[in-house]
Amino acid sequence: MVWKTLLQHCISQPAAPRRQDPAAVAALRQRLAAAGHEKLGRSLAIRHVAAGSCNGCELELRATQNLIYDLTQYGLSFTPSPRHADVLLITGVAGDNMIAAARQAREAMADPVLVLAMGDCAVDGGVFKGSPAIAGGAEAIMPVDLFVPGCPPAPAQIIEGLLALLEVNDILPARPVRGPR
Amino acid sequence: MKLLSAQDWQAYPGKFIALWTDAQFAYALYQPAELVATPLVEGAYPALRHKGAAWFQRLAYDSHGHNAIGAADTRPAIEHFRSADGTAPWPEFASPGGEGVHQVAVGPIHAAIIEPGHFRFSLRGEEVLKLEARLGYSHKGTLALMRGKSPRLAARFAARISGDATVAHSIAFAHAAEAALGMTPPPRAVYLRAIMAELERLANHGSDVGMIAGDAGFSFLDARFALHREALCEAARVAFGHRLMMDMVIPGGVAGDTSSGGATAILAALLALESELPSLTRVFEDYASLQDRVVGTGIVSPALAAAYAAGGFTGRAAGQNHDARVSPGYAPYEHFGLEVPVEQDGDVVARIRIRLAEMTESIRLIRDMLANLPDTVIAIAPPSGSGSGLGVAESFRGPVWHWLRIEAGTISDVFVADASTLQWPLVEFAAATGILADFPLINKSINASYSGVDL
Repeated sequence: MVWKTLLQHCISQPAAPRRQDPAAVAALRQRLAAAGHEKLGRSLAIRHVAAGSCNGCELELRATQNLIYDLTQYGLSFTPSPRHADVLLITGVAGDNMIAAARQAREAMADPVLVLAMGDCAVDGGVFKGSPAIAGGAEAIMPVDLFVPGCPPAPAQIIEGLLALLEVNDILPARPVRGPR
Repeated sequence: MKLLSAQDWQAYPGKFIALWTDAQFAYALYQPAELVATPLVEGAYPALRHKGAAWFQRLAYDSHGHNAIGAADTRPAIEHFRSADGTAPWPEFASPGGEGVHQVAVGPIHAAIIEPGHFRFSLRGEEVLKLEARLGYSHKGTLALMRGKSPRLAARFAARISGDATVAHSIAFAHAAEAALGMTPPPRAVYLRAIMAELERLANHGSDVGMIAGDAGFSFLDARFALHREALCEAARVAFGHRLMMDMVIPGGVAGDTSSGGATAILAALLALESELPSLTRVFEDYASLQDRVVGTGIVSPALAAAYAAGGFTGRAAGQNHDARVSPGYAPYEHFGLEVPVEQDGDVVARIRIRLAEMTESIRLIRDMLANLPDTVIAIAPPSGSGSGLGVAESFRGPVWHWLRIEAGTISDVFVADASTLQWPLVEFAAATGILADFPLINKSINASYSGVDL
């Protein structure tokens, strides 16, 4: 099997590099400039919260970590703790039963924080829009910086959105350096 | 449907699948596809003693206020009693007594990229004495949204009951609508549905086996199986236009034919998986450190699996030979002689072995179906009729049932029973046969859906 794998490496071609979505970058830049958002570190840690999804978005979000997409190569990784996270990534409709938990996760994160709503449900409730059991999208329960629509968005689209976060983060003003205490 | 008196309703024998209520009746479904009902009296009905009935009775109370008289378990199912600011009080989680017993709370937000749910473990040291799952966090009001819509419109909700089983749920929903309206989908659509369903099974079985190994610190299998899942999803995109094949199955047929090049893409992904599957299986079986984590872990005994009439690989790993593709059975599987693997041990490794065996079988089925694809139209329009119907499909995790009542082309009532409903109690039992550190393996090995039961 080792030889077969080596052979595959010899004949396989590198994939085309992925680029951020320009429209998403422009919208995000405008929003963050208006908010006076400060620069985060160079690599971003993501805390994912499923707030009433059908689990389709989770499947594609997990796929961004596979050998083809390899999210980590861009300096993006998932973290279990909101305390360590720079990005709050929300999937699902923001169901009423998840509002409190999603807000708690946001409050547990150290500012500045980027909030990303992934999938049609998190954008505006998707097909479930108008259900009395849901808030109807992440923006209904907290301010959102970037939307990645799709039902579910494919891994490449998710990465385009996340790369937009990196792109904009690069040009944000750095946090003022504090003197010694 | 058989209408029963209260006594006969309670005494009805058989393997219980699901229970639900509408404005007039309480319905119960038994294997292989027997539907019985009893009239509601002042919004109440006699509770059933079947183990699996508890969640359904709790759900019927939370969604319609219908009381199951004499029910032992009256905890809320999806109702969290939120106050205006969105916060909700924690329910009482009873702990078994004894010195040193303490509780560990996990969720609703979990560490991994998965759905929300709360687990309350009662522990003595590392040993899990009891697990109580509090669900309902994914509740979206799906069933209410389906009422008042045409079957074609409501199919979009059926496809989103559990995203990992979107094809199976769409097929079960289409079966129910077709039974209610007396339609027969064209043969080509029936074959394309089954091809999609088997692709979905392959993708999920593979990635779950990989993730269980990954949870045991064995990331090689996780990486390889995730790669095969990716190849299958991409083949599905080429063939059907969507990586998860969502919204492809509709009442009356399928929404689109395979693209040119679709069959080639699917066959290439199958070949890649088939050629690596034996060596991946060998790696799984050969590494003592991995086997140590999965053998004898998270046991669901055959008696327990029988008491809950558990379907899918969870049941088949514990001596139950039920598969909805065979019994009650649906087209086109009768032409392909399905082999249903069965194991007896009911532990994590037994569930994995069943899934590996089913993968081989799914590869064969897809090839046979692609080679024999009938040349007909792919869909017929549903007539604007009335009627009620049951539909079933075997998702990767077990049978999913849809029940519909259609009046003049519009859905007036609907119920959906995902296989997970009978499997969540088994997750609770299986967790209490091991230590806390084994729970991720046990949970993943059963992989009950949250969205599928929260509805």
